[in-house]
Amino acid sequence: MSTQALPMPQSQLHILFSHRLVKLTAVLLVNLFALYLVVALYAQQQIAFALLLLVLIASASYIFFSKKAYAHRYIYPSLAGMGIFVIFPLLYTVGIGFTNYSASNLLSLERVQEFHLSQTYVSSAGKYQFQLFESNGQYRIQVYRPDVPGQQFSTESFSLGDEVQSLTLYKGSTALPEPLKIRQIIKLKAALAKLRLNLPQGGELRLSGLRQFAAVTPVYVRGDGNTLINQQNGEQIRPNFDTGFYQTSAGEALSPGFTVAVGWQNFTRVVTDPNIREPFLQIFVWTLLFSALSVLFTLVVGLLLANLLQWEQLRGKGFYRTMLILPYAVPAFISILVFKGLFNQNFGEINLVLGQLFGIEPTWFSDPLMAKSMILIVNTWLGYPYILLLCMGLLQSIPGDLYEASTMDGAGPVDNLLRITLPLVIKPLVPLLIASFAFNFNNFVLISLLTGGSPDIIGATTPAGTTDLLVSYTYRIAFQDSGQNFGLAAAIATVIFLMVGALALINLKLSKIKI
Amino acid sequence: MAMVQPKSIRYRVWASHLGLLCFIGLILFPLLMVVSISFREGNFATGSLFPDNPTLEHWSLALGIPYTLEDGSVVQPPFPVLLWLWNSIKVALISSLLILMLSTTSAYAFARMRFAYKGVILKSMLVFQMFPAVLSLVAIYALFDELGKHFSWLGINSHGAVILASLGGMALHIWTIKGYFETIDSSLEEAAIVDGATTWQAFIYILLPLSVPILAVVFILAFIGTITEYPIASVLLLDVDHLTLAVGAQQYLYPQNYLWGDFAAAAVLSGFPITLCFLYCQKWLVGGLTAGGVKG
Repeated sequence: MSTQALPMPQSQLHILFSHRLVKLTAVLLVNLFALYLVVALYAQQQIAFALLLLVLIASASYIFFSKKAYAHRYIYPSLAGMGIFVIFPLLYTVGIGFTNYSASNLLSLERVQEFHLSQTYVSSAGKYQFQLFESNGQYRIQVYRPDVPGQQFSTESFSLGDEVQSLTLYKGSTALPEPLKIRQIIKLKAALAKLRLNLPQGGELRLSGLRQFAAVTPVYVRGDGNTLINQQNGEQIRPNFDTGFYQTSAGEALSPGFTVAVGWQNFTRVVTDPNIREPFLQIFVWTLLFSALSVLFTLVVGLLLANLLQWEQLRGKGFYRTMLILPYAVPAFISILVFKGLFNQNFGEINLVLGQLFGIEPTWFSDPLMAKSMILIVNTWLGYPYILLLCMGLLQSIPGDLYEASTMDGAGPVDNLLRITLPLVIKPLVPLLIASFAFNFNNFVLISLLTGGSPDIIGATTPAGTTDLLVSYTYRIAFQDSGQNFGLAAAIATVIFLMVGALALINLKLSKIKI
Repeated sequence: MAMVQPKSIRYRVWASHLGLLCFIGLILFPLLMVVSISFREGNFATGSLFPDNPTLEHWSLALGIPYTLEDGSVVQPPFPVLLWLWNSIKVALISSLLILMLSTTSAYAFARMRFAYKGVILKSMLVFQMFPAVLSLVAIYALFDELGKHFSWLGINSHGAVILASLGGMALHIWTIKGYFETIDSSLEEAAIVDGATTWQAFIYILLPLSVPILAVVFILAFIGTITEYPIASVLLLDVDHLTLAVGAQQYLYPQNYLWGDFAAAAVLSGFPITLCFLYCQKWLVGGLTAGGVKG
């Protein structure tokens, strides 16, 4: 362009310069804020999050500032999305698999220490008798130690309420004449329990009986290192970094626990603990069987229908096609729940029809075999339209004269299907079938909405059902029941990650993607 | 046209029609049944496909209107279905717009620009897309819990969190759009760049207007994908008023509180628009479905 050949006017240069300055300042500010967050996260022991943010910000700054990385500006947001919400959670999960993170070991060591240090008890050493005085709805308290003369304190006048209130004690006695009777004190007991009286020499008094207030002291004080000393009995408790609990010298563990790295313990538990191994293997076999049969059934139904719809003599293809892919069009979370209702043993429509036609009423949800068949029926219903759509696309690429030639030679439709169509279709279909296998391998929504894994496996210590897939099993270990064993769930998840990764790589090899 | 036709062809055509119709009847049975159940009285009624005493009880409740029974008692709607539907649509609309924007720009770079590790990035995106989000839910929960401490509108129990989490799944969309961009001749953009347009302008003013059809397909795919998303939303959303339809719908069928009729009406009401939308777009969708697997 002609303007570029001319020297740039002063004002334009100025604008360019100030643009750059504004940009630089903005980037600096964003970076400063981000670095502050990184440090804050690091200080809170959230090292994984701090690292994630650091990597994100550093790469963003480089990509949006360097001329060389121009192309990367376009792909940065989507890659960042994938990094934060797919890859980071994946790594984080693998990390959790090597810890004892669970409902009983949820906090960090610091937080557990704080918890123990905030525990208090009412010590018998600092007991004070008290008297309560009243005038015009205002109260005053006077406390004294009968055994130590001169230890007499009293408060300013205050009103009693439902809230916790803190009052300061002053040395000396009140001028009011008549203390309240025990009868009246009983009535006021709840309100008195809310009072915190602060002694002038330090220490807090709380109501400890109808006649006395007593000093409240923390149970533990810090000892050497991470140890804590119990003030009640002088015993030392120390953190056990193998179990993730503070324990007494006798070895008794004190809740709550903290999260520690436990190495391969979660993985070995899956292999060695028979109460986990048996259900795990059972679920693993069923997961494989379920995925393989789902792929097989959907393939058979989908391919047959695609062949029929491809037939030239057949009219009304548009109508058939629309009707046949309807199961795919209805959102899965709705159709699965519809099936859950229809298969209901007592008032489901399916048992009603079966009962009228054949006089049988299968127990779809309580018998393991029936539950598994039901899941396969529902999944075939849900999945065949996908294969149908794929096959219809693939069949169009088979030249028609192949079929004519075979008809000349006297071949029937079955020969055509098995000897021409299948061999030609199967090759491009294999990667898609593997993807479908991987999808069903992790078909959490189906199981979780249809059976929730039930009927349960008897004798399992973790929540495990006969229809559970590995994913729903993992989900239940992590989020169901009181166990919430995130560490064990993450270890099983890691095993699944490895299997899915292998499937994905095989798929990538087979599909020969050209870039 | 086949030239050689056996004599039995007419019987085979009729047999095929009959077989297909029977199969379709079987396939549609659950869907027809649900429509029928939504008009039946009460939550435990059984009966024929056409209800004997059709009632609008469940439909009225699904639409959030209290229903007065014949004996004068008033039934309140059990769940805010319309609110859930609105939540779902809101989340899905914003997510799919963001997904569309970000995956289009990425696809542009992958289709038109040369840079280091392009092939590796594209392939690894496909691999990582196969890892199910269900397995990393603990991590995703922790991530949004932490995020919520700094930005409350992105924390647990916010729609912002669900929208943001959906941005992890763009790989297939990027592949779809990239495939389409590659079918468009790049000479137009090159001409524009020669005339002084920047790369960005060539992308926005030349390439994008030419790719409206694929953008529509990706938008619809992303919309359906996010509206039916269940695992992440079920962990991130807690309050009844915040739920999306996919998470809320199952509450109708708890054994202790089995509202079969109410569920049927809510399911038809909310499933119908999504189904229609899908059927309308199906002819474009096949390409998108296979793009990740068999292109090239």
